[in-house]
Amino acid sequence: MATEKSKQFDDFENQIAGESFVEGITEEQRTKFFSRNEKGITTGTNEKKEIPDGLWVKCPECKYTSTTMELKENLFVCPSCNYHHRIGSDEYFDILFDNKEFTRLFDNIKSKDFLNFVDLKPYKKRLEDYWKKSDLHDSLSVAVGNVEGLPLVVACMDFEFIGGSLGSVMGEKICRAADYSLEHHIPLMIVSKSGGARMMESAFSLMQLPKTLGRLSLLADAGIPYISLCTDPTFGGTTASFSMVGDIILAEPKALIGFAGPRVIKETIKKDLPEGFQRSEFLLEHGFLDAIVDRKDLKVTLGRFLKHFKN
Amino acid sequence: MPQYPNRQFLDFEAPIKALYEEIEVNKSLAENNSNVDYTGIVKQLEDAIIAKREDITANLTSWQKVQLSRHPDRPYSLKYFSKIFDDFTELHGDRNVKDDKAMVGGFASLDGETVMVIGQQKGINTKMRQVRNFGMANPEGYRKALRLMKLAEKFNKPIITFIDTPGAYPGIEAEERGQGEAIARNIFEMMRLKVPVICIIIGEGASGGAMGIGVGDKVLMLENTWYTVISPESCSSILWRSWNFKETAAEQLKLTSDYMSQFGLVDGVIPEPKGGAHWDYDLAAQMVKDYIKPLLAELKEIPAAKRIRNRIDKFGSMGFYDEA
Repeated sequence: MATEKSKQFDDFENQIAGESFVEGITEEQRTKFFSRNEKGITTGTNEKKEIPDGLWVKCPECKYTSTTMELKENLFVCPSCNYHHRIGSDEYFDILFDNKEFTRLFDNIKSKDFLNFVDLKPYKKRLEDYWKKSDLHDSLSVAVGNVEGLPLVVACMDFEFIGGSLGSVMGEKICRAADYSLEHHIPLMIVSKSGGARMMESAFSLMQLPKTLGRLSLLADAGIPYISLCTDPTFGGTTASFSMVGDIILAEPKALIGFAGPRVIKETIKKDLPEGFQRSEFLLEHGFLDAIVDRKDLKVTLGRFLKHFKN
Repeated sequence: MPQYPNRQFLDFEAPIKALYEEIEVNKSLAENNSNVDYTGIVKQLEDAIIAKREDITANLTSWQKVQLSRHPDRPYSLKYFSKIFDDFTELHGDRNVKDDKAMVGGFASLDGETVMVIGQQKGINTKMRQVRNFGMANPEGYRKALRLMKLAEKFNKPIITFIDTPGAYPGIEAEERGQGEAIARNIFEMMRLKVPVICIIIGEGASGGAMGIGVGDKVLMLENTWYTVISPESCSSILWRSWNFKETAAEQLKLTSDYMSQFGLVDGVIPEPKGGAHWDYDLAAQMVKDYIKPLLAELKEIPAAKRIRNRIDKFGSMGFYDEA
């Protein structure tokens, strides 16, 4: 059990490195049923339900086995233990927006390898591989639509894309989402799911912290609400910027949220970390979250906040 | 600064050490042979040291610059406070949890004008390094810094921050007290400060820990410093899955002052004395002072609202992407 935990701790670092080196259940395996295998599939959301029978998903927490369809109907939350599976921006948009109707924004912005960064693989190649294997444009997607009848701009991360890492594209898209909110007087929500900064963009990735916060300060001046939803995991550059300055900060149950990764902390202090460390419940207890919201209550809760802000 | 033999030498500084040793040999010879004049040769060697200092820093690799930024003899924030300013008056505590010794700050006078100076502080010996937590601040350090910045804003005093940290401290208590939130809040609030802000990286500029006091109208780097999103060691361990690629990671990250200035991510590079700031504290401080004084005068001319807008736009333009 302990090793499984630490594996999960390392998970986001591996994702940011671009490969999953974790043995056993990897993130990719866990969620591959929800992600698209090929690029350019345009299956309508209604048809998506017709996933062939025989695909089973085992909950990493309680080992409960459910069919993909059952899990999807339950918003990718384990029916047995309430474990919130990691999902992508497409799923969040479907869950949040009324009648699953929304308009995607800024999909035309793509990452580029300005620094010619090469680690075990050139960054350029890494990006091309990701574009090939998924239809995601980058680690963040933006959409606007109605939530419980009230308009909301949602910028949502995809952990699947280089660990939801914060790079120039994420920074720029968040700024444009904020601009859109400002222009149309619509509240903004950012759904964080990130291992931290995109190291392949070096200092440019660090500069996305002041870049995004500068733009959010304009929202604050204009009195436009900004809601932050932290999901599993929310780390590093995201925590040290927009994720932690929401007018309202929410989190999904048991999400791992922190500044430094658990492995780094463990290596620094040379002690075991307490049970539940850096989980949503831990942050709520220490005063850094407004509330923990189950995925099934998310839409209603948001609607309530939007009404409170509006009235 | 420490004098030989109390100086410490990095591996690539070994030729300088050899010259010092030679001087010592000649000096002891001089003591024993009073009839031979050694002053000429000693002077020659001293000149050779200065030439060597310049020589060595002319062709440093990125990793060597990282090493230089961490040189144990390098001047830290408090050294600059005392040498650039008069009447530095330290202020303590975040009014909430405690006084973080890794973050120092207070009022100081820049040729008669009061400013607020803030910076991470590393220890100058083994004991003090622990007291200062190696320059790694906890959330209360960032909150102390913010308190001082707000104080400066209230009384319309410009702010000058000195950045030198291997990172914000990764500890259990730091997480409990919201390390991420503290840094995020600082960045957010620094963006909106109504007074001029100058930030100077004087040593290590590691990621969020540096950015927590790093949002300014002008962000400057000393010549032999680095500033990026992760230390080369950690980058190596994550991306190369081994600690052995720190030199490569340092090259790839393009984290040195020349690159950062070329990318437009910092507004200027402040030169250092030949061989690095650790060779001459007075001169290093003077060079910083000479650089920031006209900048500050320039910034004060700009109306506050415009200055804030410029700040937001400056950082807002940072990033690279393709737009289809």
